[in-house]
Amino acid sequence: MRKVSEVFFQVWDFYYNGFRNMSSWGKQVWIVILIKLFILFFILRFFFFPDFLKTNFKTDQERGNYVLEKLVEPKNQ
Amino acid sequence: MLDAIDFTLVNWSRAQFALTAMYHWIFVPLTLGLGILIAIMETLYVKTGNEDWKKVTKFWMVLFGINFAIGVATGIILEFEFGTNWSNYSWFVGDIFGAPLAIEGIFAFFMESTFIAIMFFGWKKVSKKTHLAATWLTAIGANLSALWILVANAWMQYPVGMQFNPDTARNEMVSFWDVLFSKVAVFKFLHTTSSGFVLAAIFIIGISAWFILKGRHLAFARKSIAVAAIFGFVASIYVAFTGDSSARGVAHEQPMKFASFEGLYNGSEGAGLIALGFMSTTNTDPSNENLMDMNMKIEIPNILSYLAYLNWNAFVPGVNDLVYGNAKYGIMSSEEKMKRGRVAIAKLREFKDAKKSGNTELASQLKTEFMSPDFQKNYFKYFGYGYISDPNFLIPNVPLTFYSFHTMVILGFYFILFFFLAFLFVIRGKLVKKKGFLRLAIWTIPLAYIAQQAGWIVAEVGRQPWVIQDLMPTMAAVTKISSSTVQVTFWMFFVIFTLLLIAELKIMFRQIKIGPKMDGGNK
Repeated sequence: MRKVSEVFFQVWDFYYNGFRNMSSWGKQVWIVILIKLFILFFILRFFFFPDFLKTNFKTDQERGNYVLEKLVEPKNQ
Repeated sequence: MLDAIDFTLVNWSRAQFALTAMYHWIFVPLTLGLGILIAIMETLYVKTGNEDWKKVTKFWMVLFGINFAIGVATGIILEFEFGTNWSNYSWFVGDIFGAPLAIEGIFAFFMESTFIAIMFFGWKKVSKKTHLAATWLTAIGANLSALWILVANAWMQYPVGMQFNPDTARNEMVSFWDVLFSKVAVFKFLHTTSSGFVLAAIFIIGISAWFILKGRHLAFARKSIAVAAIFGFVASIYVAFTGDSSARGVAHEQPMKFASFEGLYNGSEGAGLIALGFMSTTNTDPSNENLMDMNMKIEIPNILSYLAYLNWNAFVPGVNDLVYGNAKYGIMSSEEKMKRGRVAIAKLREFKDAKKSGNTELASQLKTEFMSPDFQKNYFKYFGYGYISDPNFLIPNVPLTFYSFHTMVILGFYFILFFFLAFLFVIRGKLVKKKGFLRLAIWTIPLAYIAQQAGWIVAEVGRQPWVIQDLMPTMAAVTKISSSTVQVTFWMFFVIFTLLLIAELKIMFRQIKIGPKMDGGNK
């Protein structure tokens, strides 16, 4: 148990010091990454890119039936 | 059947996917190639103990980090689009697409995030050999991540190793190994990743050339160019071989795409390869605006037949042979394929109706008939043709495919020559004096990106109208949503991607201007 916690703190220390001593370019790209991830997952995903089948149908059976309907009746598309 | 389909929606959905994929592909090839080159440079440092190699490695590692950071997660948007814009397709492909993408996600996240951290944070924390191992594993991990994406893409071009289940309306994987090791997947992976090696080598030579022209960091630049020129030369020859094998696979499995590569309208025995050609703006066939006459072409006789079938006199089918059929060479007409596709759709519709009405006995019988090897081979194989009402719709955009293919190939041969000259000038010690070549090296960087994007246009535009070859055309794959929604998100992406690209270029150019931290400064 003690060894596990030691390893955990070593890993923590590795990442903590790595981020703490990061160069200016590193900080800049992390800002870009965080902004990008926020836009992707909290704006685009929620408001513009819902999963059509998951949002509109509860079970895989319903999703399968819907797609089957669409595949055989292209006029409905 | 096409009358009720909203082509504005289909085209905007395609445009959005193309924009996202092409933007994502700005970053990926540099990551794939630069990772390997950094690992080679660090290996030289560990083997020789020369601190200059460490500084060379660290400089290119910074540019690798910037490129990786800006590119990371841009591919996730493609998965969003699958769920929102292409839900019929997403469901239809089932676990075939899901399994490789899931492996890629888990693999990439754990492998790359762990070893990249050691690469950047671990210089003073771990031993030289451990650090080197982390750098190699980052490079290999990035390339293996690409493998899963390319396997999924290859399956769309050459669907194998699966069976369609009418009950679930999904394709189910029956052989993971057939999907992973299909000839299209193998050559697509080798060709695509090695083209990334070429781009990265050009990137390094171009930036190093800029340092030499500025009279800065000459020792660093010479070292970088020496490694990149050798690596790039080998990689560019390898790209030519894998490209040849890849094109042969296309000739066999996607003959319409292959005919579009060459603007070959009427097939012939001993077909010639167009080394250089320009299309006019007049049509050979008024019924299809895609078929343009050649204004000028330089053709090498018999080469196309050999490249496609390893036989100088083999028959290579043209667009018209594939549309109208050619009994002499056993090529089925599109009309016949469309009839068979309609039979497959009708059988599926009967099954659906029987199931819906609760007639389980009839549904079971229809399912058995549908799944029979004979029906699969003679009808389901052409399932997607059942959605097509005009055979001309089966012809991709020939001019765009033709020019993209020839741009890619011509640039590929130019890159071989370019690397050869770079290496020659380095070993003769004349590189610093070759100002013209150094300027050319800088301008070769955008050419490498053009070749990359042209490659994707060839692969993706050339296979139209198919989202899954012969099984599902784009118009059957889209979700019925408002086309204006897709237009809005298209322009949103355009703005976001442009801003991100500007941010990357600014950060990257600043680091390039700062340059490597070498002892002896400009010597």
